[in-house]
Amino acid sequence: MLNAFLEALLFQAGYNTALVAIGAALLGIAAGGGGSFLFLRKRALVSDAVAHATLPGIGLAFMIMVALGGDGRNLPGLLLGSALSAMLGLIAVEWITRNTRLAEDAAIGAVLSVFFGFGVVLLTIIQTMTRGYQAGLESFLLGSTAGMLYQDAVVIAIGGSLAVAFVLLLRRPMTLVSFDAEFAATSGINVARMDLVMMGLVMAVTVIGLKLVGLILIVAMLIIPPVTARLWSERTEHVVFIAGGLGGLAGYLGAAFSASAPDLPTGPIIVLISFTLFAISLLLAPGRGVLAAFLRHKRFQIRVHRRQGLLALARGEVILEPLTRRVLRRERLIRRDGVATEKGRAAAAKAVRDESRWALARQLYQDETVYSRYDGLTPIETVLTRDEIADIDRRLGPPAPVM
Amino acid sequence: MSEVALELASNEGKAVAKPLPADSPLLIQELTVAYGEKPAVFSVDASIQPQSMTAIVGPNGAGKSTLLKAVLGIVPRLSGKVLVFGEPIENVMQRVAYVPQRASVDWDFPTRVIDVVLMGLYRELGLLRLVRRAHRERALACLDRVGMADFADRQIGQLSGGQQQRVFLARALAQNADLYLLDEPFAGVDAATERAIIDVLKALRGEKRTVVCVHHDLATVSDYFSNVLLINIRKIAEGPVATTFTAENLQKTYGGRLATAHIDQLKLPVA
Repeated sequence: MLNAFLEALLFQAGYNTALVAIGAALLGIAAGGGGSFLFLRKRALVSDAVAHATLPGIGLAFMIMVALGGDGRNLPGLLLGSALSAMLGLIAVEWITRNTRLAEDAAIGAVLSVFFGFGVVLLTIIQTMTRGYQAGLESFLLGSTAGMLYQDAVVIAIGGSLAVAFVLLLRRPMTLVSFDAEFAATSGINVARMDLVMMGLVMAVTVIGLKLVGLILIVAMLIIPPVTARLWSERTEHVVFIAGGLGGLAGYLGAAFSASAPDLPTGPIIVLISFTLFAISLLLAPGRGVLAAFLRHKRFQIRVHRRQGLLALARGEVILEPLTRRVLRRERLIRRDGVATEKGRAAAAKAVRDESRWALARQLYQDETVYSRYDGLTPIETVLTRDEIADIDRRLGPPAPVM
Repeated sequence: MSEVALELASNEGKAVAKPLPADSPLLIQELTVAYGEKPAVFSVDASIQPQSMTAIVGPNGAGKSTLLKAVLGIVPRLSGKVLVFGEPIENVMQRVAYVPQRASVDWDFPTRVIDVVLMGLYRELGLLRLVRRAHRERALACLDRVGMADFADRQIGQLSGGQQQRVFLARALAQNADLYLLDEPFAGVDAATERAIIDVLKALRGEKRTVVCVHHDLATVSDYFSNVLLINIRKIAEGPVATTFTAENLQKTYGGRLATAHIDQLKLPVA
């Protein structure tokens, strides 16, 4: 199993597997990049409605092709059907949102479930219709690489590249619409059309990815990589590129995994890999990661306790709060019995001195910055110049000694 | 003389009572906007004077922001016309810059200050043109005008409210327009920002541009603006501040909601 996985990973498990893996990577890049704008526009869930709305199209396309005497499993035919019904689903969501009092989330729920329910009924009918003959349409639900034909892989590869090109071409207007739609409208961008284009991109990714990832989980490829990328960057282009990279990686690994063990459906594997990348990022990302936030908070808490502790020392109070004691003790500002050391007395005197400097500064400079930075923690040296502080010190006279 | 001008002139009963539409940076004619079946703005006419600084003033819910958005086509117009320098505004949007309300966007969006200002150059850059050093320098110059040049590489979420407002103004400056429409630029900003913004707006006026602000602070109208448009769903009055921003007109605009004591504090000219 491990061997098979490594072979698939290194393009040595045969031509078809390699093609599928490349196709999945391209699809992942397109989904991650395109999904970024959906996520930034705060419309990520619309993609779920679009994805589920493909199912009745698949069923109907199959029936029509069989009725016309053709092969019901012809992939381009099935994808065309799925695209048409996805478009219908999208129009339904937009129409409901615009013309009724229902909000978008309600519209998404309604459209998603009705289309999916109808699709499942059609699949059941097809199963009874084609007794003994495996239609194989179930693989569209969760995706599979088993039994994938060469031309299927080519469709995915070409579609994926086109979608990537589209994302690159339209990244600027899509960014503008996502950040500030009203301003975008006044800079010559047709916002409604750009929203439609974004959805069209999502629809394309969904339809292309149907065979590989399946319609139930394609939403994960559109949402998880952008959300992960957002943890690592504060710039739109970087979010888009990182999301594309993560999506590509997850798609590639997932396809290789799934190809090495034919019973594993591709979609769930890709989702699990994406989720692993997300979980690691959520924990470790600098800035937005959970660990970083925790450490930041701890450091801040220590600063607060240090400052309050020093002011308490200056007032000659006994410090009882355990954290404050620990903080002051660690810096050797107090002895084990809580009495200030030489260093502690000096630091306390400085803290008191700064308090009186602040008080005077607030009288002398009726300035925004002086007021807004008077938060107890900001060192006065970062707000006032050395000359200004010297002037304040002259007015204050010699510092009072701390007991 | 165009049809519109003739119509206007005949309405006034005297030949050249109003400037030609082509001279007005913004001419609003019988503009109505409704949300559902409740008009938010009803049949408002206004003629913004060239190189003026006009405040749109009225109580909460009077349709001030809606009027601005309808002018720009962000909110659909139920009826009425909007002419900018005599042409339908849709044809001359490149001469118009808009500063939306600060609260209308998500400031946690992954973007830097300089990127927001560069959005003002979108019209020039289009889909394909790369951002070059010259563009970046123009954006920096606009940031400098609002005193935010040192913040160019900051993430926008780290800015204070006043700084955010200044970045929005810088983005509009980058558009290099002739008509500036601002929605509550002074709402919830610190005094330093208020001064910085009003200095920039006055400088714009000095450069022969026209500025229109939705404004809610009655105390500063006389200091900041040359003209005023009083609305409360319908237009109450418009004209120079000195003759239009009167206690009587304010009472008509705000009704009982504005206490007489408050009006007295404004030390308005008596009509």
